[in-house]
Amino acid sequence: MGLTVDSKPVEEQVPKTPGKFSQWFISLYEVYIFIGRFFKEAFLPPYEFKELMRQCYEIGYRSALLISTTGFITGLVFTKQSRPSLSEFGATSWLPSLVGIALLRTLAPLLTGLIAAGKVGSSIGAELGSMKVSEQIDAMEVSATNPFKFLVSTRVLAATITMPILTFYTAMIGMLGALLNVSVNEGTSATTFFQSSLESITYLDIIASTTKAILFGFTIAIVGCYQGYNSSKGTEGVGKAANSAVVTAMFLIFIEEVVCVQIFSLFNS
Amino acid sequence: MDIIAKKPTDTNTEKVIEIKGLNKAFGNYVVLENASLDLYKGENLVVLGKSGTGKSVLIKIIIGLLKPDSGLVNVLGNVVDEISYQELLALRLRVGFSFQNSALYDSMTVKENLEFPLVRNRKDLSKQEVNSSVEEMLDAVGLSQTINQMPSELSGGQRKRIGIARTLILRPEIMLYDEPTAGLDPITSKDINKLINDVQERYHTSAIVITHDLTCAKETGNRVAMLVDRSFERQGTFDQVFNSGDIKAQPFFDYNFIQ
Repeated sequence: MGLTVDSKPVEEQVPKTPGKFSQWFISLYEVYIFIGRFFKEAFLPPYEFKELMRQCYEIGYRSALLISTTGFITGLVFTKQSRPSLSEFGATSWLPSLVGIALLRTLAPLLTGLIAAGKVGSSIGAELGSMKVSEQIDAMEVSATNPFKFLVSTRVLAATITMPILTFYTAMIGMLGALLNVSVNEGTSATTFFQSSLESITYLDIIASTTKAILFGFTIAIVGCYQGYNSSKGTEGVGKAANSAVVTAMFLIFIEEVVCVQIFSLFNS
Repeated sequence: MDIIAKKPTDTNTEKVIEIKGLNKAFGNYVVLENASLDLYKGENLVVLGKSGTGKSVLIKIIIGLLKPDSGLVNVLGNVVDEISYQELLALRLRVGFSFQNSALYDSMTVKENLEFPLVRNRKDLSKQEVNSSVEEMLDAVGLSQTINQMPSELSGGQRKRIGIARTLILRPEIMLYDEPTAGLDPITSKDINKLINDVQERYHTSAIVITHDLTCAKETGNRVAMLVDRSFERQGTFDQVFNSGDIKAQPFFDYNFIQ
């Protein structure tokens, strides 16, 4: 018999906390409820157009410089690294097509997604987390404003709308990086470069890229909002919310990338 | 300096808040057990109790931020846990809540903080009317000069005042103050106590003031309710509660600087 206090075994007096496995399922259920609430709140009036526009601007503005830099470098480096393999077969003229397809199909959505996860996801997680622990979300609630609609729905919608735009912007900037490399090495003109790269891009590539960007934007924002909205334990909780927002979003982006590639390759074949 | 106890209001039997047999627990930890309390129109009721006795939980249940486990919570004729979310939002326009840490939106200026509830809930008002309401409220709390400042630039006492102004801007019928003097020096606390009384007089509000500060209780409360052992042990005027010789209320009084 175990140690007893008040004639009850100690094991019976301490409330059982769910194990890690059960906790994982509980969290999954909570995320499911959170996403369900987003769809319910986002598309029912009253609409928060002003806040939505502000968030679109914030998300685009926050990521634009970093995306421009990394997009340009990626295009440039990818072209430089691909040249030796292609030149072995005397196919350097295929460089524009290769870069165009690679950027649009995978590099641009993935790169933009990862940068946005770090820049936007962490910012959303920290901002909402800080608002939660300092009772600003409760303050919104008691002043007859639906904080979920105002804070979560607008951010998720804004990220979902903005990500495809950012993705095509990254692809365009990446192409400029590639163009620089190609024109220096092969002396290709901009018109020839864009003609040959755009020729190889199909509507399916554009659809795949847009779908991934929408999915990544939604994931980044919903994860950031979920972590921030449910944060606790003061400043430590805010840090954890920001950290989890980035790590979870990046992990999910890679999984979604794999799933999307599999699905769209079925259409390609 | 003597602290003058506030007098009870004239007999008013109209209840604006009615709480009966309220129970609330977090897991195995029981916070409120069979707690009953009434707030009458026009009075300031102070809820006193040690930290962690469930005072803030009580007003969060009243405003619908927390759900009771059982019991009746009737606010202005609405049973809080039975009404829809839309009805709850409408009720919140009539009940103001001033947070312990003010909970000002730290990414907005003082002006934007005050505008926020008004712009969102009173779409009939023109920009000019919103501006004049903001100016009037800032004037009422004596902080007109802070209009363009950020919350981080304000002192603790100023933040409390702005928090109260933001709550008042919707002209609520009931005010709920959560620890209005917590963390403030005695002089600033006195100013806040005066502000609570001014609000009652000027805007004819009824209020529940949650505190463990006896000076605040004595100066602002027409009535005092002592929360001990998860329910309201004693209710009455400040003197009735603390001159009663109640062994549960007395230690709280003995250890306070008001002695």
